[in-house]
Amino acid sequence: MTVGLIAMQLFSGLALGAILIMVALGLSIIFGMLGIVNFAHGALFMVGAYAGLYVASLTGSFWWGLLLAPLLIGAFGMLIERFLIRPLYGRSPDDPLLLTFGLGYVLVEAVRILFGTEGIPFSTPAELRGVVNLGFGVFPIYRLFVVGVVVAVLVLLWVGLEKTKFGLIVRAGAADPTIMRVLGVDIDRLWLVIFGIGVAITALGGVLAAPMRNINPEMGTLVLAEAFVVTVIGGMGSLGGAVVAGLLVGVAISMTSLFAPEMATIVMFALMAVILLVRPNGLYGRALPGQ
Amino acid sequence: MTITKAPTLPAAMAGDRFAPILAGLSRWRVPLSLLALCVLPWVLPSQALAVNVLIYGLVAVGYNLLFGYTGLLSFGHATFFGAGAYTTGMAISHFGANWFVAMVAGVFIAGLLALVMGALAIRTRGIYFAMVTLALSQLVYYTALQASSWTGGENGLRGFTVSQLDFPGFSVNLLDPVEKYYAIMVVVALALWFVSRILNSPFGAVIEAIRENETRARACGYNVERTKLVAFVLSGLLCGLAGTLSAMHLAIVPLDSLHYHTSGLMVMMTLLGGAGTFFGPFVGALAFLSMEDVFSLWTSHWQIIVGSIFIIFVLYLPRGIWGTLMALGRRP
Repeated sequence: MTVGLIAMQLFSGLALGAILIMVALGLSIIFGMLGIVNFAHGALFMVGAYAGLYVASLTGSFWWGLLLAPLLIGAFGMLIERFLIRPLYGRSPDDPLLLTFGLGYVLVEAVRILFGTEGIPFSTPAELRGVVNLGFGVFPIYRLFVVGVVVAVLVLLWVGLEKTKFGLIVRAGAADPTIMRVLGVDIDRLWLVIFGIGVAITALGGVLAAPMRNINPEMGTLVLAEAFVVTVIGGMGSLGGAVVAGLLVGVAISMTSLFAPEMATIVMFALMAVILLVRPNGLYGRALPGQ
Repeated sequence: MTITKAPTLPAAMAGDRFAPILAGLSRWRVPLSLLALCVLPWVLPSQALAVNVLIYGLVAVGYNLLFGYTGLLSFGHATFFGAGAYTTGMAISHFGANWFVAMVAGVFIAGLLALVMGALAIRTRGIYFAMVTLALSQLVYYTALQASSWTGGENGLRGFTVSQLDFPGFSVNLLDPVEKYYAIMVVVALALWFVSRILNSPFGAVIEAIRENETRARACGYNVERTKLVAFVLSGLLCGLAGTLSAMHLAIVPLDSLHYHTSGLMVMMTLLGGAGTFFGPFVGALAFLSMEDVFSLWTSHWQIIVGSIFIIFVLYLPRGIWGTLMALGRRP
């Protein structure tokens, strides 16, 4: 066991963490702003991967898939918000959760009808194949590319939320929708847009993950569980929390696969259980109303 | 705290015409359920469907105790169903246990897991609860997948067929479908009687109070956390019992019994039938399994139809089939 190997594994954990951040980001945005837990999150991730595959096979280019799939699925997300979720505002917070659970069930079956039940291989685009030497070890270029995209998305989100007028309205709307409505802000349209952005980011995650994971209609279940673990550890609705938790879980998984490979699939859930014992609201979570 | 008499539906709340019917339904709910279950195999198209309604009905009854009556939405109850089934199977195949010991062990382990998962999940509130229970049940799922020498991994657990239940004086032949149905029904009936007693007890009133207004229940001096935990464990025990019955029935435990989909199945059945009603879970299990039976003849993608119906129920009929009927009956 050399220091180099551990450093290599640590770096690979950070790359894995970047993907986990991407997995959790859409869920966290929608919860943070709208207060809805989207149980169709995993299914939309899977639909995003299939949409990327479909567009890429039509146009013959991975890049069009990467660009168009999030836009298409984001628009689809806006339809979901407008016609299925909007009637549920003001009802029990469990209702949107139950509805999106049913929606996930329908989406998985719809993809089985359209693309078949077998998994489909998604090859890494030619430009991003191969490995690169980072000094302490070789590393797949595609993973570095994914880390780059995740960083770019995070920076864009941060700038959008903290530095623009739209971001100011979004944050104010999350804090107190009633006051914003009184001030003349169209909250319904705001929530429609945010839901669309959250779903688009989820779909982007699906396309990015496609060359690294096997695409099949059931891939969403694991994604949903991973997203939940990351958001519960980081704290619901906290973007910074999602970043820290994603990296933490990524490093924990890669370190476990080095020292105890048979525990690798279990470690993130165990980590969540420990965090819940110590900090029930997650690392950066605010106390929920009533606590 | 005194033991109050079984609350019957207040006549003032019910419509004039239906009041006696509703009161009768509530008062005789266990004998009525028993009657319905007795005739079930003779009115349904197949014996297999009837046994499934029994087992999944019991699962939904256990789940309903937590979701419908306590108001906690769990997405991890597959763990208790699966734990009951796996423990029973493993006790017989690995340790050569007697069927009765295996069943008791199954229910006990399910309850133990419910205690651990419940204690962790109840530390969180509201919307977190569904996420944490889902994640913890995935932990159990992957553990069972890894421990394939014990659980059979992806192939499921096999090799523990129980063909005969021996009692002092008589025995039940499980190879005969009718005898098997009624043997399972006796256990389900006892569980229903137990649930009915819980709901009629002061504890039953407290869990409903927590569902309606947690802050107020706390202000009244009830220990909300402990009550929730007890409800969680009771619900886990019932799902575990259903799991052991399922293991005895199928003589195989599929890995899927621990999967997220099994948890989802419980949610769908309970909501379709009517969460928070006594008959709802069985109505839901019957409705769901009948739909599966009918639609799967037309198309292998029957889940898209069932899922769409579920969405329509969440949007327009959140009380479910039985709950909506009751609400109609109560309307003056």
